[in-house]
Amino acid sequence: MTRLILRRLLVSLAVLWLVSLLVFVATLLLPGDPARAILGQQATPERIAALQHQLHLDLPVWQRYLDWLGGLLTGDLGTSTSTQGPVTALLGDRISASLALLILAAVLATPLGIGLGTWSAIRRDRVTDQVISGISLVIAALPEFVIGVALVVLLSTTVFKIFPSVTLTTPGEPVWSQPAQLVLPVATLVLVVTPYITRMMRATMNEVLDSGYVEMARLKGMPERLVLTRHALPHAVGPVAQVVALQLAWLAGGVVVVEFLFRYPGIGQALIDAVSKRDVAVVQAITLLIAAVYIVVNLLADVVGILANPKLRTEAGR
Amino acid sequence: MTAVELPQTVTPPAAPAKPAGLFRTAWTFPQAKVGAALTLVVVLIALLGPWLGPVLTGHTTTDFAGKPFKPDGIAGTDGLGRDVLTRFLAGGTTLLLYAVLATALGIVLGALLGMVAGYGGGRLDSFLMRGNDVLLSFPQLVIALLAIAVIGPEGWLLVLVIGLTHAPRTARVTRQATVAVRGNDYIRAAEMYAVPRGQILLREILPNITGPLMVELGLRLTYSIGYIASLSFLGLGIQPPAADWGLMINENRIALVVQPWGVLLPVLAIAALTVGTNLVADSLASAAAGRKREARA
Repeated sequence: MTRLILRRLLVSLAVLWLVSLLVFVATLLLPGDPARAILGQQATPERIAALQHQLHLDLPVWQRYLDWLGGLLTGDLGTSTSTQGPVTALLGDRISASLALLILAAVLATPLGIGLGTWSAIRRDRVTDQVISGISLVIAALPEFVIGVALVVLLSTTVFKIFPSVTLTTPGEPVWSQPAQLVLPVATLVLVVTPYITRMMRATMNEVLDSGYVEMARLKGMPERLVLTRHALPHAVGPVAQVVALQLAWLAGGVVVVEFLFRYPGIGQALIDAVSKRDVAVVQAITLLIAAVYIVVNLLADVVGILANPKLRTEAGR
Repeated sequence: MTAVELPQTVTPPAAPAKPAGLFRTAWTFPQAKVGAALTLVVVLIALLGPWLGPVLTGHTTTDFAGKPFKPDGIAGTDGLGRDVLTRFLAGGTTLLLYAVLATALGIVLGALLGMVAGYGGGRLDSFLMRGNDVLLSFPQLVIALLAIAVIGPEGWLLVLVIGLTHAPRTARVTRQATVAVRGNDYIRAAEMYAVPRGQILLREILPNITGPLMVELGLRLTYSIGYIASLSFLGLGIQPPAADWGLMINENRIALVVQPWGVLLPVLAIAALTVGTNLVADSLASAAAGRKREARA
């Protein structure tokens, strides 16, 4: 089992490296000469050559890639073309703001999804189940900005005016100093993620409840509550942990639209800003960051899957 | 809407499922009818809207129909004084076109890769699937943003990048379905007759994996609509002054209190469209899963 996990770890590292290659290659596809783009059409050839030298554009591609990769590993993410400052300075506070959003959404959505899914499975094919399944199917189809706008209409502007729809913070002040501002962004993310956890939990629980060992437990007269907690739920942990982890990984990308919608000062909004200003160094840093979170969480999901799979456990024990 | 597939959509049918029969089974579910009706209404608006708008309201999508945010016309005007209803009616065509093209690209490419990997097996299979792992480690929207940052918000780029990022996801599902039918007797028979591989893929395997492919098609269409609308909403998809639902929501959301129609109409249209296609996809998935259970019993 340890070997399996180690192999999975190596695969993740390889994928991460290939992803960095992909992100780097993207910048080579930039049309035209970045130096000319920065200086404008009027620039003299000498000035362009000077800037090319300054940006290391005169070095061969493989050396630029190694320099860039070396910079990443030592915490130097390059220079932003729009602010002229280091990318790390731009991202510092934003990473913690985005993490706050992610963690809150995950902490709320996971128990909610597991609870609703289990409830749905216990009441299979009855009204409760149909209502929960129907609603989660509908919400699962909606793009996150549609859910967000609907929440703004309902809770912030037209119907009720309870929560602010825009995050306003003074620089240096953490976003969580005004909790009311977090409500709508977090609620949007929770609504996006919960249906998937609910549906997976329901499907897994239905399968488990149909199994021989649950029937056996019922036949020997075990109270239904104990059947659930002792026999059914432990067997649902593996697959559901994986879906939960996948959803968390997805959240790393899903924050982009939600942050833009609520003007939330996180990495997602920085990414949109950088894309519209064509600030490639910032885009590279943030896409790589999001991909890294995605890969790490997926790795954790697979490890939980390996640990939760009794077949693999016993093989390792032998 | 996320990039993670719902559980039952990855289960290939054990028995060869004829598509006609699959649709008939799916149609018995009430949600399929609701979904088809929702989709049809929005598609009709998107296709007929551009002609209907000027006839109904007497305005084009870009002329100045009145003062900003005035309740002129049926749904009023937007911040620049353009008629909201005309812009709403014209705003679905490009979105729908791009979404259909991106879905087609993703499904064709993904099905091809998945079939080749699943049927060929061996080194080719592991190479294709490892390449997939790299592409799957980016959320689709983020990879689209990277491409737009480099090249710019071009229509063809949106179709290309959404289609290409669908492909590995479709390939995974197709590969699983192909592996499930690969060992069947009719394929062995074709192999013994020395039928060329290309023909085996297209004539023997493809007709027998249409079930999961149809489900995948519905799902991918739902996601394509979502992604392209999201990119336009972010201001990085379809560009002004074009009338587009995603873009309209972005342009009009500041004035939500004084002019709710500019946001509500496109939000409702996108919601009805994605919910509609997802309901159809889900009923297809239930139908395919039901057949699988029957085949086992």
